[in-house]
Amino acid sequence: MNRYFSAFWFRPLLAISFITLLLAVGPELLGVKSAYLTTDKLIFVLFAGIVLLVSYIHQKKHLLEPWRQVFRQRRAMISLVVLVTYASIGMLDSIHFRTPLPDSGHDNQQYSVESLSVLDVMLDRLRSQEEKTYSAPFAAYLYSKETITHADGSQSREYPRLVYGGRHLADPARDRAGDILRTSLIGIVLGAVIGKLLCLLLAWRIARASQQKVMALWWQIWKGQTELPWRSLFLTLILLSIAITSAWMLSKYYHVFGTDKVGKDVLYLSIKSIRTGLVIGTLTTLIMLPFAILLGILAGYYRGWVDDVIQYLYTTLSSIPGVLLIAAAILSIQVYISTHPELFTTGTQRADLRLLALCVILGITSWTGLCRLLRAETLKLRELDYIQAATALGVKNFVILGRHVLPNVMHIVLIMVVLDFSALVLAEAVLSYVGVGVDPSTISWGNMINGARLELAREPMVWWSLVAAFVLMFALVLPANLFSDAVRDAFDPRLRESR
Amino acid sequence: MFAYILRRIFYAIPILIGVNLLTFTLFFVVNSPDDMARMHLGEKHLTPEAIEKWKHNRGYDKPLLYNDKAEGAGKFTDTIFFTKSVSLFAFRFGSADDGRDIGQDILQRMWPSLAIAVPVFIVGILFNITFALLLAFFRGTYLDVWGVILCVVLMSISALFYIIGGQYLVGKMLHLVPISGYDTGLNSFKFLILPVIIGVIGGIGAGTRWYRTIFLEEINKDYVRTARAKGLSELRVLFRHVLKNAMIPILTGAVVIIPQLFMGSLLTESFFGIPGLGSYTIDAIQSQDFAIVRAMVFLGSVAYIVGLIMTDISYTLVDPRIRLD
Repeated sequence: MNRYFSAFWFRPLLAISFITLLLAVGPELLGVKSAYLTTDKLIFVLFAGIVLLVSYIHQKKHLLEPWRQVFRQRRAMISLVVLVTYASIGMLDSIHFRTPLPDSGHDNQQYSVESLSVLDVMLDRLRSQEEKTYSAPFAAYLYSKETITHADGSQSREYPRLVYGGRHLADPARDRAGDILRTSLIGIVLGAVIGKLLCLLLAWRIARASQQKVMALWWQIWKGQTELPWRSLFLTLILLSIAITSAWMLSKYYHVFGTDKVGKDVLYLSIKSIRTGLVIGTLTTLIMLPFAILLGILAGYYRGWVDDVIQYLYTTLSSIPGVLLIAAAILSIQVYISTHPELFTTGTQRADLRLLALCVILGITSWTGLCRLLRAETLKLRELDYIQAATALGVKNFVILGRHVLPNVMHIVLIMVVLDFSALVLAEAVLSYVGVGVDPSTISWGNMINGARLELAREPMVWWSLVAAFVLMFALVLPANLFSDAVRDAFDPRLRESR
Repeated sequence: MFAYILRRIFYAIPILIGVNLLTFTLFFVVNSPDDMARMHLGEKHLTPEAIEKWKHNRGYDKPLLYNDKAEGAGKFTDTIFFTKSVSLFAFRFGSADDGRDIGQDILQRMWPSLAIAVPVFIVGILFNITFALLLAFFRGTYLDVWGVILCVVLMSISALFYIIGGQYLVGKMLHLVPISGYDTGLNSFKFLILPVIIGVIGGIGAGTRWYRTIFLEEINKDYVRTARAKGLSELRVLFRHVLKNAMIPILTGAVVIIPQLFMGSLLTESFFGIPGLGSYTIDAIQSQDFAIVRAMVFLGSVAYIVGLIMTDISYTLVDPRIRLD
């Protein structure tokens, strides 16, 4: 029995089962109806896989070493904090449920058609505070003039006050700047305190793991004397917490990023877009990975006609420019969706299916590169002594593939996966602009940019949706790129030699 | 050489057949022509006659693969597969939904596209190589470290931002060039300059980093050590030895860019209102004109294969040891 307690999968599996149970019965206990989408489930599968993998790596010293090398770089540590923040937001946004309708008079409880996520509940204020139309960031007045009837019956054209933004101000022109400054100062102080508490908690955890005294470690960290750059991690954590808290404080009274055409808060939209970006960046890889790995090592290992067939497959696919293949596939899926309305009960489900289809198609266009690399590497590996020895000893082919080839090509897989992520997030925006991206009803950076593009010509310019989408996208893609750089440096032996 | 090219063209045929089969499956098997007709006509005017008429106008009223009503060879030629997919090999693209001949349109729109893609390609490579050589020369210094970080930052910015930002800055604020439009002949220059600049800037991040790795890989080889041991200056080593020997990976990388050029032209052309192939494709996608999309998929893969063959030929030019036979 003790053998099982110490196995790498024991604790994570326990945690995963617990979370699964919570996700399965939790909503019912809280009186709502769970409504998980297909992508939600896949995200949780992916999450479980990552947890198991991390736990496995943690137990194997030779696997842990390159990762230590990754995290010795400050850039990687900082990027990790940002990426984990994004991932948590995406996960919160993936727990969907439907709230019960007030009292419908029937015996069985009715549930609302619209499905919400946990993030929606947390950001309820942002979600519900809708204006009439555009308003600039931190504005107290609407973007466009309206005819207002005064108390004495006279009418005039002027900019009306916003329903929510800056409504607590008596005279916005006079009080606004001071109020924004005051609120954000409170936010900064509060954020710094929360951030520092988080850091202390983390330091306590690290100290316990490495059996050190907490305060001693704390000072070591702040002097930057630790092996891993914890100081950078802590500073990033504090900065992030300040940014989030002050945005939270300010969003109580203002629309931090303004509102869009139908008066929705742009900050809310750009936060909701995170999930779409993450789904495309991760699920695409999850879908294409099994094919790429299997076909790649099969082609390299067996050669002959297997190799010919697989090479033909990926040459054909890669000869079509990606956008066109995606466009062709999405167009035919659009036709399929519109002619088979009976398959989906809600609009959210339909949009979700299209998102999943997009992931599959992006996967089809992007597996060829990885497959080609794996084939080349396997061709090299199969001539090496240890594999020749295994063959001579009569080890079965699939055992050789699983035990000797696969572990030795995993570094390539890892490098490609992290490299692909940022490219996919960026591709979503472009594809949505072209009209073959996610469903128009899905909230995504691409759709935000697409919607805001036409408004640039207006005078004064409506720039905020565009800027918000670009900034949040950039804040995800840059850390992802920096992180993948660090991973490549640590795992690519060829590059390490050339330093 | 000639035999080699012939053989490569011969190899290309099964790939093009595969591409055709793929688009055929996507457009005619996954969705029957009836489905497409319904989608196109909308719910309002949906009568069986209207669907039949729609299909007849486009030649979609034939059987998919095998026509048992026709005579002789017609059993195979009088089908959707033969008329719509096989005819692509003869570069007969048929007509678009608005009745215009696709082949004619493509011939006309090819030139504005090339006028953007070729300068972006050439100027882009020159810039990227220059910057990469600079970083390789100062490798290991702060300039190199921050140069690479700057490249990553540039890479992380969406292509849409470069276009929208550039348009706004140069066109709207500084009023240097018109924001969008196109003209023939020399007048086209002022319309082309901004898209080309934006295309080059958008590609600098990824390109410079890519060439830098190539140069760094070469720099650690034995011949470079020999050259240094001879007492050559570092600059001479870089330009005379490293650059020349890096030509093979540089050329290989150039083909990889071709599909990306297409993606780039798709965006720039539609933002700048240039009547090229990119905007043609976008319009087709948005109006769901399947015939044009099919033609462009075919042309795209032809261009890719031609690019591959040209790369192989160019290898012989930069490295006399390589013989194609």
